[in-house]
Amino acid sequence: MKKPENINAEGLEFSELNAIIRDKGDCVIENACGQRFIAAGMSYRDIKIHGTPGNALGAYLNGGTIEVFGNAQDAVGDTMNAGSIVIHGSIGDAAGYAMRGGEIYVKTDAGYRAGIHMKAYKDKVPVMVIGGRTGSFLGEYQAGGVIIVLGLTESERPIVGNFPCTGMHGGKLYLRSDCRDILFPKQVTAKSATKEDLEDIAKYVKKYCKLYHADYDALMSGDFTVVTPDSKNPYKQMYVQN
Amino acid sequence: MRPENSFCSSNIREGEVRIPSGCAISAAISKSGKKFTGEGIINSMKPMHDRSNGLGGGFAAYGIYPDYKDYYAFHIFYDDNDCRFDCEKFLSRHFDIVRSEIIPTRKMPEITDCPLIWRYFVYPEHNRLVASQLSADEFTARCVTRINAELKGAYVFSSGKNMGAFKAVGFPEDVGMFYKLDEYEAYLWTAHGRYPTNTPGWWGGAHPFALLNYSIVHNGEISSYDANRRYIEMFGYKCTLQTDTEVITYIADYLLRKQGLTLEETASVIAAPFWTTIERKPPEEQEKLKFLRTVYSSLLVTGPFSIILGYEGGMMALNDRLKLRSMVIGEKDDMVYAASEEAAIRVMEPSLDKLYAPAGGEPVIVKVKEGAF
Repeated sequence: MKKPENINAEGLEFSELNAIIRDKGDCVIENACGQRFIAAGMSYRDIKIHGTPGNALGAYLNGGTIEVFGNAQDAVGDTMNAGSIVIHGSIGDAAGYAMRGGEIYVKTDAGYRAGIHMKAYKDKVPVMVIGGRTGSFLGEYQAGGVIIVLGLTESERPIVGNFPCTGMHGGKLYLRSDCRDILFPKQVTAKSATKEDLEDIAKYVKKYCKLYHADYDALMSGDFTVVTPDSKNPYKQMYVQN
Repeated sequence: MRPENSFCSSNIREGEVRIPSGCAISAAISKSGKKFTGEGIINSMKPMHDRSNGLGGGFAAYGIYPDYKDYYAFHIFYDDNDCRFDCEKFLSRHFDIVRSEIIPTRKMPEITDCPLIWRYFVYPEHNRLVASQLSADEFTARCVTRINAELKGAYVFSSGKNMGAFKAVGFPEDVGMFYKLDEYEAYLWTAHGRYPTNTPGWWGGAHPFALLNYSIVHNGEISSYDANRRYIEMFGYKCTLQTDTEVITYIADYLLRKQGLTLEETASVIAAPFWTTIERKPPEEQEKLKFLRTVYSSLLVTGPFSIILGYEGGMMALNDRLKLRSMVIGEKDDMVYAASEEAAIRVMEPSLDKLYAPAGGEPVIVKVKEGAF
């Protein structure tokens, strides 16, 4: 196997950095500092990033892997179709915006609107696992896929901010909490996860534990709440007669 | 290659054209009041270069004029010397001017079509002030409003004590070098890179917007501008530039200086929580939040914004309640940083003790130790 090439991103504009990446195979980027669109639209490479990559990291990602040894900014994996993004830190707002395939793993917290308008089709089922807590509007307009929030970071804040699952009409959202203090909208059902529910996410949580060296059994022994949209048309006659 | 700046050579002013669009903001403050040059804050704008389009950049610096700390420092743009003579006539009638000078700048190819840029250290003329029966702050604020609304070709863009705003049409990192901010020392710096949303980008329209010691840098586009403007103009403010940031500055001055609200209360007015959120608070807090939302309903600012308010001895960073613009806070020893992007903070301080994103409507208030500024 070919050894990954090193790229020093220091002082490079986003367009220069991305032009270099396109010419390489697998690579390790050092000193990233705010360069946008890293690996956007990419299909096969394995990219490791040190530093702070800019917004829209892995947007339209269509395969391959991105691993960030630090935090990521806003709009990671926007509309991604396939592949894997692993963040060894926190992630900004609108992570996984409209993603329709692939997976995003975040070690700690996510900002506002994580998983907004995530969707699924046949074998394309996107997955986002967030180890910490998230801001408001988690899974807003979620239409498909799986979002898992583990709440592992120490904080005064609830596991999720205000207005989670607003407009949700598909997919499944898991929160490792009894969610007593969380207010969900009327159009979704939040209930204690069953054994079957938990079996469905075991492989994702296992992967999280492997990536970040967490204790799987301890983690799965906590309370889980699963949120799904009401099975009947929840927005019936909201906009049109249907 | 940077885009050609197609508007800066024209004479189109605010309100004459609408431009669709994002912005960048950044701040650094020492809680112990330690002073540092503008070099770091200038560099912090570089990774966010693409959030601006060259139509405006600016900085506010607190603690830069210790030798004149009891005088209001006016920074004024003039179209030409005739405008300057008119304005200086007005100034000398209303103020004692202890020093007047051209603000030192570097000639740079990136910054063109410069107005005349002057600085005055002034204090209200004794007899006028007594006769007016106003406080020195109110007297000064009224004079600034009058110059900006009535004196053609003169625009006061900074009027606080021991602080100053510096702004221009250009990219922020160039504007910082243009004003030689690497040679000033402040305990608080705020910065802005502009991507104008509704107005053409004239020098006066760049951020920060400042009145007395308050300054605002803002990323966003508020949809309540006109409702806010109509309300605030009832109290003698004049929104002369049709840009939303100007009205936020006046709201801050009105609530903090005139109404005597705390910073937290001001945040609860500007970014009032939703009624459903208020309902879930403890009774005492509910009462307070309901009171603020009811009394100052016209000062609720809606639409996306992240702002940094600078004031004498501190700063407040605040997002709109829906958090439609990004903002992160970094801490290291006695330093606190705020910026639209983490990368900007990492430029100023690569190894942080703490980094977090405040929730929408949750103010981050950083005060300098009493007596250290």
